[in-house]
Amino acid sequence: MLEGTTAEIRERKALRVNPAKTCQPIGAMYASLGIHKCMPHSHGSQGCCAYHRSHLTRHHKEPIVATTSSFTEGASVFGGLANLKTALENIFTIYEPDIVSVHTTCLSEVIGDDIPTIVKKSEEAGIIPEGKMVIHANTPSFVGSHVTGFSVQCAAFVNYLAESNGAKKNVINIFPGWVEPADMRELKRIAELLGVEYILAPDTSDVLDSALDGEYKMYPDGGTTVSQLKAMGDSLATLALGPMASALAAEKLTKKCKVDHSILELPIGISATDAFVNALRIAGDVTVPRELEKERGRLVDMVSDMSQYLHRKKVAIFGDPDHLTPMIKFLVEVGMQPAVVVTGTKGKKWAQNIREICSEANPEVEVVPFSDIHYLHQWIKANPVDLLMGNTYGKYVAKSENLPFVRFGFPILDRVGHRAFPLLGYAGGLRLIEKITDAFFDKRDREDPDHEIELVL
Amino acid sequence: MSDETAQNDFPMGDGPSAAETREKMLEVYPKKTQRKRGKQMLVNETPETPAAIGANSRTVPGIITQRGCSYAGCKGVVIGPIYDILHITHGPIGCGWYSWLSRRNMTKIRHPEETNYLQYSMSTDMQEDHIVFGGEKQLEQAIQEAYDEFKPKAISVYATCPVGLIGDDIHAVCRKMKEKLGINIFGFSCEGYKGVSQSAGHHIANNGVFKHMIGLDDTPVEAKYKLNVLGEYNIGGDAWEIDRILRLCGIHIIGTLSGGVSYDEICNCHNADLNVVMCHRSINYMAEMMEQKFGIPWFKVNFIGIEGTKKSLRKIAKYFGDKELIDRVEEVIAMEMVDVRPVIADVTTRTKGKKAALFVGGSRAHHYQDLFSDMGMKTIAAGYEFAHRDDYEGRDVLPSIKIDADSRNIEELDVKADPERFNLRKTQERKVALEESGFDFSDYEGMMRQMAKDTLVIDDISHHELEKLIELHKPDVIGSGIKDKYVIEKMGVPCKQLHSYDYGGPYAGFKGAINFFKEIDRMISSKVWKLTRAPWKDDSDSQSTAAKEPVAVS
Ligand code: SF4
Ligand code: SF4
Repeated sequence: MLEGTTAEIRERKALRVNPAKTCQPIGAMYASLGIHKCMPHSHGSQGCCAYHRSHLTRHHKEPIVATTSSFTEGASVFGGLANLKTALENIFTIYEPDIVSVHTTCLSEVIGDDIPTIVKKSEEAGIIPEGKMVIHANTPSFVGSHVTGFSVQCAAFVNYLAESNGAKKNVINIFPGWVEPADMRELKRIAELLGVEYILAPDTSDVLDSALDGEYKMYPDGGTTVSQLKAMGDSLATLALGPMASALAAEKLTKKCKVDHSILELPIGISATDAFVNALRIAGDVTVPRELEKERGRLVDMVSDMSQYLHRKKVAIFGDPDHLTPMIKFLVEVGMQPAVVVTGTKGKKWAQNIREICSEANPEVEVVPFSDIHYLHQWIKANPVDLLMGNTYGKYVAKSENLPFVRFGFPILDRVGHRAFPLLGYAGGLRLIEKITDAFFDKRDREDPDHEIELVL
Repeated sequence: MSDETAQNDFPMGDGPSAAETREKMLEVYPKKTQRKRGKQMLVNETPETPAAIGANSRTVPGIITQRGCSYAGCKGVVIGPIYDILHITHGPIGCGWYSWLSRRNMTKIRHPEETNYLQYSMSTDMQEDHIVFGGEKQLEQAIQEAYDEFKPKAISVYATCPVGLIGDDIHAVCRKMKEKLGINIFGFSCEGYKGVSQSAGHHIANNGVFKHMIGLDDTPVEAKYKLNVLGEYNIGGDAWEIDRILRLCGIHIIGTLSGGVSYDEICNCHNADLNVVMCHRSINYMAEMMEQKFGIPWFKVNFIGIEGTKKSLRKIAKYFGDKELIDRVEEVIAMEMVDVRPVIADVTTRTKGKKAALFVGGSRAHHYQDLFSDMGMKTIAAGYEFAHRDDYEGRDVLPSIKIDADSRNIEELDVKADPERFNLRKTQERKVALEESGFDFSDYEGMMRQMAKDTLVIDDISHHELEKLIELHKPDVIGSGIKDKYVIEKMGVPCKQLHSYDYGGPYAGFKGAINFFKEIDRMISSKVWKLTRAPWKDDSDSQSTAAKEPVAVS
């Protein structure tokens, strides 16, 4: 397993090995799938779109529909105007979406296709039916990562759609960040428990976790509706969860429609969920129900019960910045020791923040943005850890180093839990503690000598 | 009524006819799309003389297609599986990421000190300044770093769309670094916009493998019967099952291109006396070029399906012509059939007469019809994702295929007979003798000849057409790919992924066929499809039978 990886770390300036990120358009596609009756459209060669759809399908085990401009060499030389016009005509005739959400790829960006102009021309040519619309986001992948792709797509929703009619409504906008459908569902449950009226955008629950009932709907019941997206401009406030994925959209909305926003961490673990609940409480002017407090208490109880198994355990962790920050906070909260933290996305400030979070638990923590899983692997070869956390690709490292491994983040291609159970909120915290302790215990049960096997743990 | 007449009378089952189905599929399309798609959808009216299908033509923009890109066909399919080459994708991060372990090319390292590079995804992770100022320096540096860190025996570089556009000369960089580092380094200009599908990438890959690897190592191979299996990618371990069977027969495989294969095996595989071709689409170029240069004849085989496997084994034995081998092959078949027969007998009781549809790849939509027919099932509709006319209609149409603007830019190598190594094993004489006795070489009869009359043939089926097919015919099982799988299953029809085998397999050879029979039996018999409807939906006051009062334990 990963035989070529040694503990000897050489500086690499040009070679990415086993990346901890992917490209922007897949994020744009995922965000667009969270809009009701929206067709994500990839403007470029069909390969990118095929890859993004396949990858999302493997992660969600659900239909992922998206169209492509299917560039050929000619389009690559002369530009994609004709391709996009034809595509829009086909899409609106055949698939009848309410809205088409175009994102670019590296190719169309290098060519320099101007999407708004093409859309305008399509409009003039009568290709876009009455009441339907086309929006766009620029997502070249030589910039940013899948996370920033998600972020610019969310900002595009605001840019194109949000409007204020003057009268503010007692509604809170929530930008959920790049989280699972099950997490979006959890955010809504928490908001509903608190009795806050909200608009969640995007919302992939009931889209990418739809029921199997013998009927296929190209546009399932879920997703933020276009009218909700419009109405966001009249809301009282916005909570943007995950600075990298959601801040841009929230800031745009403040600028465009004067909706105040606060940027929060994703509610992973105790304190980050506390912050989210508290922000909702204040913004919605409500009290936190006893039910939710009990839920929180159950999480604290489990943390206390399991503390002896978590204390000072060294963790190697990789993933997306927005997931990592609260996750690392939680690890510190429960007494663990982040040892090495890697993300593929750029972020110097982010790294500084992580070091601060770890300053007490482990002042020596190795935090590397714009890095890769290969680096993390080399690092832990020289500095052994107790636990590995990250997406599915981590399993090769886990196997090669015989490490307990907890999957989280994107993508998870080889387990099903993320499809059904949240990682967010107090409920997600309970699940995390279960996953982490299970990973430790399973290894012990499998490997401990007979005379050390414990019935009770 | 016998099954054969049932198939002939109702080639599509009891739903609308193929022609009606086709009309219904096309109905919704705008005019131009209708015309274009219409050419890619045929009723198989005259299977013996198949009609011309508009295959290998551009995908209509905006249509939800199954197809991917040339990079996927080159790096992802043909070269990617060679485990001891270090692969570097030159481009932004995505292309390399998505092609990282996502095809199930299984492989085993040959020596403990080797590295299996398939577990690694390496790329230049191009950033904006590389796009603006060019990425050649970045590539050069990446190759150096890869060499310093891993010391591979060969490095292969793949260009993605933006690289072609900004004009990076990856081949110059590869040549320079090859000279500098003294290992084999070569590049593939497989930018995703080339051609109309993965298929262009196959061709580009074939050319590169032929130019940079084939023939590098003349070490003789000591084996009586030695061949290469071309177009076999060891998904789910298929190549290993084929190897197992051939070994039992006493036949040695030098190289399987390119599943589970090593760089050295490829460099040495021109020592074979025969090339047998599994996936005609992805590798026929290689078969042809090896024949032109070395005189190695090729013919088509199919180890998918019991009948296909038997036929292929017999054909190989006949080619070598030794009585000893011919007899051994019969013994092996007889031996293997002992395990196969009871499984067929069992599953056929449930699968006989059931309907399948297959939309995948460039050969599997054909090959898997054999497996379904082994279990008494009928294929009512089939089509490839990226094949050409010859894969549908047979190689005899090759002379009449016009080269269009999209294929023109893909290099056709000018291959000449190798002055020293051509025909070195007198294969040519044997070939001529066999041909005279009616043996077919360089043959592929295509999919349509094998399909029943008045079934549907659909090239690069679109999402909408697939939905219509299910709505009108509700096949009992569909073989397709990851992008369609859950669409199909939401409609209550089980879908077998025939790219990845749904992480099962092998399905080739005898043991593989047994796996497949059991798997299709499971899918068709699965209780889950009956659970899709909640009992109270059936509008009745009485408790459903499922909800009988539980029996108390006393
Ligand atoms: S070209 Fe760009 S958008 Fe397409 S897959 Fe590659 S990185 Fe992603
Ligand atoms: S950028 Fe080009 S090479 Fe890369 S996945 Fe997209 S179509 Fe394929």
